[in-house]
Amino acid sequence: MYDFDYDRPGTIQDAVASLKAEEAIAFSGGQTLMPTMKQRLAMPSKVVSLMGIEEMKGVRLEGSEVWIGGATTHATVQRELAESYPAMASLAGRIGDPSVRSRGTIGGSVANNDPSACYPAGTLASRGVIVTDRREVPADEFFQGMFMTALEEGEIVTAVKMQVPERAHYAKFIQPASRFPLTAVFVAKFADGVRVAVTGASEMGVFRWHEAEEALSSSFDAGAVEALATPDGTDMISDLHGSGAYRAHLVKVMTKRAVAAA
Amino acid sequence: MKIEMHVNGRPVSGEVEGRTLLVDFIRHDLRLTGTHVGCDTTQCGACTIHMDGAPVKSCSVLAVEAQGAQITTIEGMANADGSMSAMQQAFQDCHGLQCGYCTPGMVMAATALLKETPKPSEAEIRHYLEGNICRCTGYHNIVKAVQSASGQDVTPVAAE
Repeated sequence: MYDFDYDRPGTIQDAVASLKAEEAIAFSGGQTLMPTMKQRLAMPSKVVSLMGIEEMKGVRLEGSEVWIGGATTHATVQRELAESYPAMASLAGRIGDPSVRSRGTIGGSVANNDPSACYPAGTLASRGVIVTDRREVPADEFFQGMFMTALEEGEIVTAVKMQVPERAHYAKFIQPASRFPLTAVFVAKFADGVRVAVTGASEMGVFRWHEAEEALSSSFDAGAVEALATPDGTDMISDLHGSGAYRAHLVKVMTKRAVAAA
Repeated sequence: MKIEMHVNGRPVSGEVEGRTLLVDFIRHDLRLTGTHVGCDTTQCGACTIHMDGAPVKSCSVLAVEAQGAQITTIEGMANADGSMSAMQQAFQDCHGLQCGYCTPGMVMAATALLKETPKPSEAEIRHYLEGNICRCTGYHNIVKAVQSASGQDVTPVAAE
């Protein structure tokens, strides 16, 4: 990869200031960014590491809400949420492999919004809120399409907040080479409703399957999903790993599995 | 940029660029060539080392990010008297390698697993080693080696 200037600020404030440099990029673990830079698909002149910012690390349970610092690794989330939110701990523990989980962070994952990433689905299903250096954005407004988010130039994801549901499960059908989801579904049942978030399927990135949410809100049972029509696969991702129609089929199958396991 | 860290218990320092990979610092500057580069794209795990106790793929960590870290490489795995660690010995006993290229990374990953889960099941071993690719063995003897190193009974391997 091309050389760059490197900065490792210790506070959010310093990081924001450092990112004002021309062609600067935030670095939050680098498990996607580094391979991207090696391929020269990203050529930042300056890399601002967020990994030294202590106020962006850790997991805190505040009532029925979980606060996860943006620079918190998947391994830490897996460990810290094992008892308070096991479905999210399971999601974190199935991202990539142990080495990726040692370095990769939740902030990096949601900011990148890969259309096949795990955290966008978990965050959207958990009524998440993305906290940045300047505002709080509900997950519904934050994820705006493939690799697209509400983030402005130089804005940093400092934390992710989620509501802990009564029951939840993340059902993931992996693409065996990349081990990213080919299609995966996070189902979260709250006292006043159900959320179903799908990743890996849509050209528009993570989305909520509203028909399934309605059906499951009246009857939280895999049979309620079975009665629904398969979602329209016309606009879903079609590649050598699976057609849009196949992914649409998987959306329904994985939703049923998630409900059954929740 | 000047960086300092501890590698296998010894303090080391060096001068690196922002883009210098940790694996290159380890291999080229420190001359610890037991850590291998297989794919250079975070897939194969041959470059797995421990950074502050956790497994990382050193081809996907910037050397500057390891500033102040405690690093352990395969060269740091042997016992104090120079004999092989239990994991290394188990790989030999169970024929857990053929060409050996992936072995340093396998040993580092497997050792990290036993720190988290002292008696892993076969399924847990296979899940944990997902990021370490071996193109020779078919993995069965690697899994047996990890089971053996964790003090669990394994089916005897075919005679030598």
